[in-house]
Amino acid sequence: MLLITCPYCGPREETEFRYGGEGVAMPEEADDRTWSRFLYYRSSPAGPFTERWVHAHGCRRWFTVRRDTLTHEILDTTELEEPPRGSP
Amino acid sequence: MTEPAFQNPEFLWRNPEPKSAYDVVIVGGGLHGLSTAYYLAKNHDVKSIAVLERGWLGNGNAVRNTTIIRSNYLRDESMPLYELSLKLWESLSAELEYDVLFDQRGLLQLAHTKTEVNDARRTVYANRLSGIDAEWLEPAEVQEFCPIVNVSRSIRYPVLGALLQRRGGIARHDLVMFALARAASAKGVDLLQGCEVTGFDIRKNRVVGVETSRGKIAAGRVGLAGAGRTPLLARMAGIDLPIQSTPLQALVSDGLEPVLNAVVMSGLLHVYVSQARNGGLVMGAARDNYVSYAQRGSFQILEWQIQAALELYPVLGRAHLLRTWAGIVDVSPDASPIIGRTPVESLFVNCGWGTGGFKATPVSGFIYAHTLAHGEPHELNRAFSLSRFETGALIDEHGAAAVAH
Ligand SMILES: Cc1cc2nc3c(=O)[nH]c(=O)nc-3n(C[C@H](O)[C@H](O)[C@H](O)COP(=O)(O)OP(=O)(O)OC[C@H]3O[C@@H](n4cnc5c(N)ncnc54)[C@H](O)[C@@H]3O)c2cc1C
Ligand SMILES: [Zn+2]
Repeated sequence: MLLITCPYCGPREETEFRYGGEGVAMPEEADDRTWSRFLYYRSSPAGPFTERWVHAHGCRRWFTVRRDTLTHEILDTTELEEPPRGSP
Repeated sequence: MTEPAFQNPEFLWRNPEPKSAYDVVIVGGGLHGLSTAYYLAKNHDVKSIAVLERGWLGNGNAVRNTTIIRSNYLRDESMPLYELSLKLWESLSAELEYDVLFDQRGLLQLAHTKTEVNDARRTVYANRLSGIDAEWLEPAEVQEFCPIVNVSRSIRYPVLGALLQRRGGIARHDLVMFALARAASAKGVDLLQGCEVTGFDIRKNRVVGVETSRGKIAAGRVGLAGAGRTPLLARMAGIDLPIQSTPLQALVSDGLEPVLNAVVMSGLLHVYVSQARNGGLVMGAARDNYVSYAQRGSFQILEWQIQAALELYPVLGRAHLLRTWAGIVDVSPDASPIIGRTPVESLFVNCGWGTGGFKATPVSGFIYAHTLAHGEPHELNRAFSLSRFETGALIDEHGAAAVAH
């Protein structure tokens, strides 16, 4: 189980959170290719990864987590300042 | 030289040194890579084939899965695919002259809500129209078919009935691995263990070879079969795929006397159980939905699945947990595989089987071999192209595939 530090509430168990994956910006205008990228393509890297989590059973706020996908180590968590358009 | 860890009895397969060039190079020595190599050698006029495996054969999901085999999917594109796979399973031991202990003990998918009942009944009709065996069982019939299921109305999510596929079942995944490796090797396929692909030689947007930990190998065509590590492979070739890799766990209990005569799955309560021949109860559940290559999952998923198992099968309260493990599964947005061309000429991909690719082992190899031999998809995998994420012709199998295997 991950121990995730909500930037607003502090460290809490993973079960309090929901995963939001990589944040991507909704394109203003889109041909099929760009739209497809926005809807379906997310990176799946091995190593440090920037992703979103929401403190679903807490303050309910979204924030940014940097986590190593090879070790599950959480590198840091930060407030979400300017959410990209169309973010969850 | 092959390192000691990768040595194996020569009566199973040869351990040749890599040649400098092959007609077809398959990346990934899991079940899909081996099955593809076998059918390439058997059904097509391709003479020189190699399977490149970074570790030892079958170190990935090939031998981490819970071995559930069924063909009762829902979509018009999926049903013939999985049904051909099941038919191939039915003759696989004879074909490979190696008993893979395929056991059609029947597979129950429990329904706990009105929606699940409706969905299951819809699947029964859809399957029957496609010539796939499917039955609907009322709770009392579920109890009769599988006596340890708790059909009491007083549990949190009572069993309202179940979808039964009598031809569904399990096989021994390690034996399938041995059988395919042996048969492919006997047909002249070079199985190269400890041979990690680290890059691709791409000229004018055409792949002409691979770079590996055992040197450069030229290739006429390259087929990726890397399951959970496919996004990393594709990146090396400059290709993005709509695939995310996440952990999926399984567990096994110590050996018990025979108590469970079927495979029983519950999508809503998130547990599926079967009893292996040595008496161990093999269970799986939901996946962790975060990206990971750690081959390790969260503890709470195991807790939830054991809670669900105890509610559905109170008798399992006496079992002891022996082992847990995880594999990394390649999940696509519509829970269906991607098999076919990539934006790079002569480079093909077969991935996205996610949580349910073991059952597809024979058919995955069969159609991918066709695709690699002809440079064109087989009729059965035409719809499973990468381009469907642009055209919108998705093959949504979330109901049938995302959790349940
Ligand atoms: C816990 C669990 C339970 C499951 N239960 C079921 C089930 O009940 N029924 C079902 O149908 N499916 C199930 N699955 C899914 C099924 O196991 C997979 O879909 C299927 O095994 C994937 O195909 P594979 O065997 O070829 O994969 P793998 O065995 O993972 O093969 C991929 C291979 O590629 C190799 N590779 C990767 N990168 C490189 C590289 N750079 N160079 C060389 N080699 C490389 C890897 O080492 C690996 O051996 C389950 C999976 C898991 C993890
Ligand atoms: Zn919070």
